[in-house]
Amino acid sequence: MSAGTDRTPKIRATNLHKRFGRKIVLDGLDLEVGVGESVVVIGGSGTGKSVLLKCILGLMEPEEGDIAIDGQPVIGLPSAERERINRKFGMLFQGGALFDSLKVWENVAFGLIQGGRKNRAEARDIAYAKLADVGLSADVGELWPAELSGGMQKRVSLARAIATTPEIIFFDEPTTGLDPIMADVINDLIVKCTRELGATALSITHDMASARKIADRIAMLYNGKIIWQGPTSEIDSSGNDFVDQFIHGRAEGPIQMQVRAP
Amino acid sequence: MNIFQPIGRAFLRFLETSGRLALFAILSVSHCVRPPIYPRLILRQMIEIGYYSLPVVGLTTLFSGMVLALQSYTGFARFSAESAVPNVVVLSMTRELGPVLAGLMVAGRIGAAMAAEIGTMRVTEQIDALTTLSTNPHKYLVAPRLIAGLTMLPLLVLVGDIIGVFGGYLISVYKLGFNPAIYIKNTWQYMEFIDVYSGLVKAAVFGFIVALMGCYNGYHSRGGAQGVGAATTNAVVSASILILISNYLITEMFFAK
Repeated sequence: MSAGTDRTPKIRATNLHKRFGRKIVLDGLDLEVGVGESVVVIGGSGTGKSVLLKCILGLMEPEEGDIAIDGQPVIGLPSAERERINRKFGMLFQGGALFDSLKVWENVAFGLIQGGRKNRAEARDIAYAKLADVGLSADVGELWPAELSGGMQKRVSLARAIATTPEIIFFDEPTTGLDPIMADVINDLIVKCTRELGATALSITHDMASARKIADRIAMLYNGKIIWQGPTSEIDSSGNDFVDQFIHGRAEGPIQMQVRAP
Repeated sequence: MNIFQPIGRAFLRFLETSGRLALFAILSVSHCVRPPIYPRLILRQMIEIGYYSLPVVGLTTLFSGMVLALQSYTGFARFSAESAVPNVVVLSMTRELGPVLAGLMVAGRIGAAMAAEIGTMRVTEQIDALTTLSTNPHKYLVAPRLIAGLTMLPLLVLVGDIIGVFGGYLISVYKLGFNPAIYIKNTWQYMEFIDVYSGLVKAAVFGFIVALMGCYNGYHSRGGAQGVGAATTNAVVSASILILISNYLITEMFFAK
């Protein structure tokens, strides 16, 4: 995936602040994602990666700061306008978040049918084509989400995320809970699907193998701020002690995990 | 510590919850009347509430009618007023027992199921997924349930009234030796339109309450399985209490002199 040349970033988050009670999660975070670019935000558990994603998706409101999609500010938009913006989005949730009351194909076709863009028959055909794109056979479409393995649920969730041909796709910990081989399969699918769609991608993960594979650019979130960002090829020579400790998974270093003494 | 502090804190929490519930209700009702409407989802909820609750409501009202006939007979026999049994059965069933028992049964069956389903959707991020797919959760999840609760409970109560009166008839005729024709004549003679009508209004309000509390508690559930369990309990308890309170208020509205 190559970085876009358009001057207006696809996503721009400026000076974001978010806290839960006394815990400050985002503390003046700035991040830009260019058109067609794939950015991966890395960081430890509980550092606010998911909160950042939820703020951009409109599932949470930051206390301070601005978020713009294609240059248009989106915080505080009326719900109808927000729904219009959300039509640009596709999202792969960490746990899949498939609707368990709907069959697999209905899950994939959901955005097409509810968005009123397709009737059920058309949406069904597209859903089966998207399932094939993520390497699932047609008979999977008639199953219920509870009948699928974790890896298959991730694939179905990916098929749902790309079914509406979104301009921006968000990936929340796409490989968490998967074995290394299935994780690599999902990474390959993410790269393939975003490349085919020409979509902008923003992912969050703490799986470095995944980040290296799907990112054009990596940004590290620590203490509510982006403390380093740069091309994926430069992550090993970042010169940042925090990044070095994180990517090598060392317990010793400037990042101190809050572990209670026995 | 000042003893008024916890009382004040609890009162403020009550006000906060009431306000949040009122806003949730207004928002959800506004989505009931604004397109797009989801007929398939409304129909599915109507079947779930109306059809699948029939056995529970039917059995409850049948035995309530039977007990009512038996109790009122033994009570009225003390002052030779046994002939009032048909009137007592029909008035009690249509005005009070039919709607209240059906409301409480549906609160236990449907309110709990709604809270558990929506609560599970909340903690597994399915509600967030709806939002990212440009679908308003209030419109997709809450509005169909409110519409189905509001419309199905009066129908359930109508059927329950008939079954309850039939239960009273069975006991009165086959156990207490009433003349069947006279029992039916007395039942019709003393029943007025407002008896049934007020019961159906109550049923509609109770249906709305059950659906609202189920959806509200499920929608705001937090913290995994424990949170969903708490939401389910809260949905049933709060709906039951609100049913009993609103029952008094509606009775006051219809029958207070």
